[in-house]
Amino acid sequence: MTQWSGYFGLILQGALVTIELTLMGSVLALFMAFLAGMGRLSRFFILRALATAYIEFFRGTSIFVQLFWAYFVLPFIGISLTPLQAGVLALGLNVGAYAAEVVRGAIQSIGREQYEACTALNLGRWQGMRHVILPQALLVMLPTFGNNAIELLKATAVVSLISLADLTFQAQVVRSQTGNTMVPFTTILFIYFILALLISWGVRSLERRMARGLDGVRV
Amino acid sequence: MPTPIINIDAISKSFGTFKVLDGLSMQVMPGEKLALIGPSGSGKTTILRILMTLERIDGGHIQIDGEQLYHVERNGQLLPADERHLTRMRQKIGMVFQLFNLFPHKCVMDNVTLAPMLTKGTPRAVAEKRAMELLEMVGMADKAKSMPAQLSGGQKQRVAIARALALSPKIMLFDEVTSALDPELVEEVMNVMRKLAAETDMTMLLVTHEMGFAHDFADRVLFFDRGKIVEEGKPDEIFRNPKQERTQGFLKKIIAAGHRV
Repeated sequence: MTQWSGYFGLILQGALVTIELTLMGSVLALFMAFLAGMGRLSRFFILRALATAYIEFFRGTSIFVQLFWAYFVLPFIGISLTPLQAGVLALGLNVGAYAAEVVRGAIQSIGREQYEACTALNLGRWQGMRHVILPQALLVMLPTFGNNAIELLKATAVVSLISLADLTFQAQVVRSQTGNTMVPFTTILFIYFILALLISWGVRSLERRMARGLDGVRV
Repeated sequence: MPTPIINIDAISKSFGTFKVLDGLSMQVMPGEKLALIGPSGSGKTTILRILMTLERIDGGHIQIDGEQLYHVERNGQLLPADERHLTRMRQKIGMVFQLFNLFPHKCVMDNVTLAPMLTKGTPRAVAEKRAMELLEMVGMADKAKSMPAQLSGGQKQRVAIARALALSPKIMLFDEVTSALDPELVEEVMNVMRKLAAETDMTMLLVTHEMGFAHDFADRVLFFDRGKIVEEGKPDEIFRNPKQERTQGFLKKIIAAGHRV
């Protein structure tokens, strides 16, 4: 038993790394999502083109290859990243590309009458976006952002391939040291699942809080 | 003779191949209360939307309060105006929409104070005090903390009126503001507007299908058909004694449909 508790300690350390990656990756993904999602709606062709190129490229290539590229190729052009940095970069950029389309779709789902009210009240483009359109669009984005965050959590497993000691990496370590496959992998299966549930739950309660008052029932 | 506050000079506007306005000219005097009536698609709402810069004109000129709306004068030439110019011109104009267009995520108070705080830098305390006065005027002071979804259509529209007034425009545009309301709620909105018309010297343009209301509200009535002014005059002249055949036909149809005149 004492032997197993040591191995569980290893796996818990891995869980912390996975959580860290998920949080940092999500922050980068969120940033990229708004940057590229709003870029797609820009008046300026060059911004639209840049945003579209980013989205298509990162959606259209494998996250494995993106990660390997960030970790193994970037050093050749003088940028050496730690495994954690490379992981956050690849995950954030990859998931950000998907989430950018969510941002664009949500902004476009807000009715024309809201934009017209902004014009009639003489709000500038950015003022209207910031105070009227985005707060309403955010509510539309949230459920899909939850999906994206769970996708990101699951994708963190790829960083074990560049020897970052996340959940999956630690499970491999335990397996090679104990020869037992079932226990470590079943354990991390459940840990991933619990983390995903936590994300679902967090997003749902955020959604409830933000929707307060909009339906005329709860205040 | 005083100069008109709105001078529309030969404007045209098409949607696709459909020419809504074709060389329309009209003037509105400061403080005048104008009712625009006519069948659907006759271009009356388009005129309001053009004045609010929600639609661009294809040709012609508009002067608001002595300044070009869509053009700037440079070296004696009229050039298309940029967004900065439009922003400045929009300060003179407010609009109330058929479907209210309130901000659903903001309470009544915030709906009213948002624009003054953002566009004029009015401090919150000042904006809220003014908002309370306006909400008082439209009879919505007790709902200041309510969300739009909790209000009836008539209440929403009264908040929308207060919201537009908060920017103190010189010209107010009312686009079929009672058309989307349940019949029993129409009166409360009309009462607010009657009061407004009586108490302020704001210039007001009203597009409506409520002929009785147009009669009480307006100093002058314009009857539109196919983008042209067919007939204009004092409310009594238009409603009691229309001269043009098309005006007569329209009013007959409206009365047959059960609207009061």
